[in-house]
Amino acid sequence: MLKIRELQFDYKKREVLREIEFDLNPGEVLTILGPNGVGKTTLLRCINTILAPKSGSIIVEGENVLELPRIEIAKRLGYVPQNTEPSRLTAFDAILLGRKPHIEWGMKEKDMKITRQVISDMGMEELALRYIDEMSGGELQKVSLARALVQQPRILLLDEPTNSLDLKNQLGILNTVVEVARKEHVSAVISMHDINLAIRYSDRYVLIKDGEVFAHGKEEVITPENIEAVYGVKVTIGEVSGYKMVVPLE
Amino acid sequence: MEYYCKKYEDEVGTLPEEYRSYIGRKVSFILLSILLTGGIFLYSLSVGNADLTIFEITRAILGMPTELTHSKSIIWNLRIPRAIAAIIAGVALSISGVVLQSILRNPLGSPYTLGISHAAAFGATLSILAGTRNWLPMLDLPYMTTFSAFAFSLISTLTILAIAKYKNATPEVLILVGVALSSLLTAATMLLQFFADDSELPQIVFWTFGDLGRAYWESIYIMGFITLLSSAYFLYNRWNYNAIDAGDEVARGLGVNVDRVRLTGMLVASLATAVAVSFLGIIGFVGLVCPHIARRFVGDDQRFLIPSACIVGAVLLLASDVAARLIIAPYVLPVGIITAFMGAPLFLYLLIRGYSH
Repeated sequence: MLKIRELQFDYKKREVLREIEFDLNPGEVLTILGPNGVGKTTLLRCINTILAPKSGSIIVEGENVLELPRIEIAKRLGYVPQNTEPSRLTAFDAILLGRKPHIEWGMKEKDMKITRQVISDMGMEELALRYIDEMSGGELQKVSLARALVQQPRILLLDEPTNSLDLKNQLGILNTVVEVARKEHVSAVISMHDINLAIRYSDRYVLIKDGEVFAHGKEEVITPENIEAVYGVKVTIGEVSGYKMVVPLE
Repeated sequence: MEYYCKKYEDEVGTLPEEYRSYIGRKVSFILLSILLTGGIFLYSLSVGNADLTIFEITRAILGMPTELTHSKSIIWNLRIPRAIAAIIAGVALSISGVVLQSILRNPLGSPYTLGISHAAAFGATLSILAGTRNWLPMLDLPYMTTFSAFAFSLISTLTILAIAKYKNATPEVLILVGVALSSLLTAATMLLQFFADDSELPQIVFWTFGDLGRAYWESIYIMGFITLLSSAYFLYNRWNYNAIDAGDEVARGLGVNVDRVRLTGMLVASLATAVAVSFLGIIGFVGLVCPHIARRFVGDDQRFLIPSACIVGAVLLLASDVAARLIIAPYVLPVGIITAFMGAPLFLYLLIRGYSH
């Protein structure tokens, strides 16, 4: 589904990302972990070509997205940024905007129906006709995710989607992502700070340190040694109610 | 994502009634505004020194014989061009404002934020001085002031676009560049005014007052053509502007070439404004306030905001022109003063009241 090879990104002659490589299968959720400023957001922006990588390739279903026009990329990759500007639009119209890559002159009945379907699947009917500039952070994040879903992407890219959300909204957003991934075989790449949430919802992990992939793989890469090496914090890993938990020792 | 497509095929429902009524309210606002424009247009034909009855006006419009010999000429050569110029200029200034506010991501965005009017004023001043002092006899052509105003408006715009293109400037920087250029051009205009003599100074000052009385059919055709093309271009890009309103990152993620949309939008908005300003002089406030007035009624959705702002611009300029002709009749006040007097209190009222739901 997604293959990233030798991806490099420089900002003003400074190497931000070096030799990034990882794979992701259809229907899998991958979380990018690493401390602040390590390049998690930059990596997501490079995958979506919002930032232009210096070199490397990003293969989605056999096509290198770096060689595709922006509109074609938007049909394959749905991006949920950390922040959305809340303009005076209803949630329905803000979500309908996600059909932009698929339209020519204007929205058609099909676009309206797909939007309705996503709103219904996410249980957002109550929000549909509310203005997004009057919504809470959690509601706005739901709208952003719904907008990315109506894009009908093959891969979802989510930049710290649980930031500044309460626990219920954190679980709600991540449950939706996992559900979409499982049901529709859409892959998801998420950057996240909360390692415990990541463990609960992810199939694969990429640990980034100093702009390079430090470890990549399934649950076996979440070890106290790797976490200490990446974050510089001693931890232990235990289990609570069947869920793995990373507990700092400092 | 076959899942959603399949579901779509399975369930062919209709849009929720509430959404239809929400859209209906916006469409109603646009239709009512069009009716209001038509009403003010007809009324404006009856305002003027020559006391023409409604029957006389109707006969003149329909080409039937009139009681007064000059009726047809007054209607067709003075009042209709004036009213149509008000509608076209109102649309051009307002639509440029609404698009610039979106692509520059700044509520203070307007054709004037980019220094277009200051550049036009400088061009006009230079041309008036060049004409009276015979600096460039070979360029002593009709409409030279209009052409000079237009040329300098475009130079100002192209300077900003060049900076945007080569320095990869942010919208905030572009606005600051516009402010810097405005200051520079204002200083240059003041310098020229300082050296102008007593006969030149009134000409220069009068040019800076927007005046719809300067409209004639040829200028209306040009303004109308450019405004029509610009409006079609802006409407075609309405979803791009909605995407940019959600943030550059969101827009790029939705496949919008943000830099290209921003640059071409600025160029087209500048062109539409420059044409109106160079033919009619500076009519301030419409480009800034009308988009905000429209926003209060229809929200930020560019599908409805762009047409609404157009019509609000036409209504405000047309109504201002009628007021300008009535307040101290038979004298006519500069329409730019009236647009500010009418627009500012209305704008303040709407700001205090908040959005219409």
